[in-house]
Amino acid sequence: MQKSVSALFKGGVHFPQFGGNMNIHEYQGKALFEKHGVNVLKGVHCTSVQGALDAYDNLNSKVVAVKSQIHAGGRGKGTLYSPEDRSLVMEGGVKIAFSKEDVEKYATNILGNILVTIQTGEEGKVVNNLYIESGCDIAHEYYLALLVDREAKSVLIMASTEGGVDIEEVAEHTPELLHKVHVDPNAGLLGYQARDLALNLGLKGAAHKSFVKMLGKLYNMFVSNDCAMVEINPLVRTGDDEMVALDAKIGFDENASFRHKEWEDVRDLSEEEDVEIRAKETGLSYVKLDGNIGCLVNGAGLAMATMDVIKLYGGEPANFLDVGGGANEEQVKTAFSIILEDPNVKGILVNIFGGIMRCDIIARGVIAATESLGLEVPLVVRLAGTNVEEGKAILAASELNIYPADDLAEGSQKIVELISGGDE
Amino acid sequence: MAVWIQEDAKVLVQGITGKQGKFHADKMVEYGTNIVGGCTPGKGGMTVELQGKEFPVWDSMFDAIKDTDADATVIYVPPPFAAEAIMEAADAFDSIKGEGVVVCITEGIPTLDMVKAVSFVNNRPGVRLIGPNCPGIITPGESGGAKLGIMPGHIHAKGRIGIVSKSGTLTYEAVAQTMSIDEGQSTCIGIGGDPVNGTGFIECLAAFESDEQTEAIVMIGEIGGNAEQEAAAWAAENVTKPIVGFVAGATAPPGKRMGHAGAIISGGKGTAEEKFAAFEAAGIACARDPSELGSVLLESLKKAGLR
Repeated sequence: MQKSVSALFKGGVHFPQFGGNMNIHEYQGKALFEKHGVNVLKGVHCTSVQGALDAYDNLNSKVVAVKSQIHAGGRGKGTLYSPEDRSLVMEGGVKIAFSKEDVEKYATNILGNILVTIQTGEEGKVVNNLYIESGCDIAHEYYLALLVDREAKSVLIMASTEGGVDIEEVAEHTPELLHKVHVDPNAGLLGYQARDLALNLGLKGAAHKSFVKMLGKLYNMFVSNDCAMVEINPLVRTGDDEMVALDAKIGFDENASFRHKEWEDVRDLSEEEDVEIRAKETGLSYVKLDGNIGCLVNGAGLAMATMDVIKLYGGEPANFLDVGGGANEEQVKTAFSIILEDPNVKGILVNIFGGIMRCDIIARGVIAATESLGLEVPLVVRLAGTNVEEGKAILAASELNIYPADDLAEGSQKIVELISGGDE
Repeated sequence: MAVWIQEDAKVLVQGITGKQGKFHADKMVEYGTNIVGGCTPGKGGMTVELQGKEFPVWDSMFDAIKDTDADATVIYVPPPFAAEAIMEAADAFDSIKGEGVVVCITEGIPTLDMVKAVSFVNNRPGVRLIGPNCPGIITPGESGGAKLGIMPGHIHAKGRIGIVSKSGTLTYEAVAQTMSIDEGQSTCIGIGGDPVNGTGFIECLAAFESDEQTEAIVMIGEIGGNAEQEAAAWAAENVTKPIVGFVAGATAPPGKRMGHAGAIISGGKGTAEEKFAAFEAAGIACARDPSELGSVLLESLKKAGLR
């Protein structure tokens, strides 16, 4: 259930248990669909109002959809705000245009503005990309998704007749309308599985055939592209009984990036936090949070537990930061400088349980970092594990303002105390 | 008797000639692990020096197991080749002995590779896979013991507490907590946090329940999925020994996301609160702070008349 987990977090973060997913835009997803023989409507990607107008002329469709391209769902029901003063610009990040004037109006209102949806968080995302898509004759809207089910340890296909709506509501209130098929990795998607799913969706005749054909192609695309998730909401049956993907949310499994050099062409770095990218480049996992206590920890589980305990003692963590299993002095220094970039940080808690990583090396790294960065906020260091006595001795011998702690509870209490003391 | 790996288990190392493999194999020998050799395709016939002793290397796991009668293997093979290394080991153990333990430490294996590998292993019921992306499994002995993985050996001692955890360093924290109340460990198992892995919580709980050396269990979970909830429900029906639990990630913030598919697979959202509630409903004593695992465990042992 990889995605539901990352659903709790910002997309693409490397908490090990989430795996990292690399998301792509709808227009890129549709290009992939087209390449693999999955029906999509004609559409044009553009980045300017003029581009949108040209796209309208080229598509030669009376009605077109003007769609904001960001890595988040809920775009249709989202709201656009001006980046300057956060004033309301327009309701809805996906608009149906009936004329060239409409296209101009909507493109102007979308490009360069901030789109806030239920999945972006309050800060929203700046829209730099548009997709102009031909209209189509919709007979019915369905829901279709493929993803890796971590409990069943296989690819799961889910489909419902209730498309175009909030599928989480459907799952909660009418789970019988959500049909599931697990694919045996050795057998692949079998014909009867696709046919049964089509029957469950009430598809007959040409639509049934179109669905079965499409599902086979989608499954092959999922596997050959190392997808983590493909979601189509809505998948539509047209008046001509063709099944067409009106949306495309695709995430790739970043662990497989070594065999997909082509992903570099579709990666949109503007969708990722700059500091999180830099952290990733040095082998650190960093996620910025809203609190004021910076944390530097080895191991994702311990890093999460450290945040939990800080909160338990009344503090608020400023970040998640995992320096990994074998961090060196340089990485510790980078970790400190990343933490200190956040102006909210009023104190730092270092929590290291040395396994492969030796406490004396961490202690030297901490001292080197605090000296070169001119650390001014209080620093509590908790060391345990390999070479802990040497590590503690090195810290104790330094002239710096470092407070030692023997366990996580003591360390958390201490940093919370030091910070609240500083406020008075 | 400990769980799955006995103190004197004969152990192979896949990827023993690589930098990571050699480094950790050396630490394993230092701890007292009975390493009988290693396997790296293309390096068969050479030897590797660990702690001043030479160890043989085979090209193939079939040959390595035939020649050594190994009980287990530890994999330090890079991600692109790790799933195949798991399948090679599983196939060889199954064909030659009908059983074996495969421990995969490698982090970053593509999820769909693991889907294939886990299915392959599950078709060979005598073979057990632990991991990937985990610290491994350790059974401390009277002196030394069997360390199959990257955990710091010296923090452990032989005893009666079984530990199972999704997380690496948090497992060490749990070990230190048992030591703080003068309790050692029977076996510590890091099952790994990848979306698709081998052995899960329930199999570990079942093994600890039937293991005579284990008298109490520490179980460490993380947010995401619903393995902890299922394990708790299973434990309520099937485990008589005291269990102490912790779940990391209570403060992990809900944030940006894309798509809804994940959240609707099993209904639950995989939050820490959901998991703690499931633990408590199953009679598992919970620590809200890992530094309190020791005191909560001590209380549970007293309640069970074990202290």
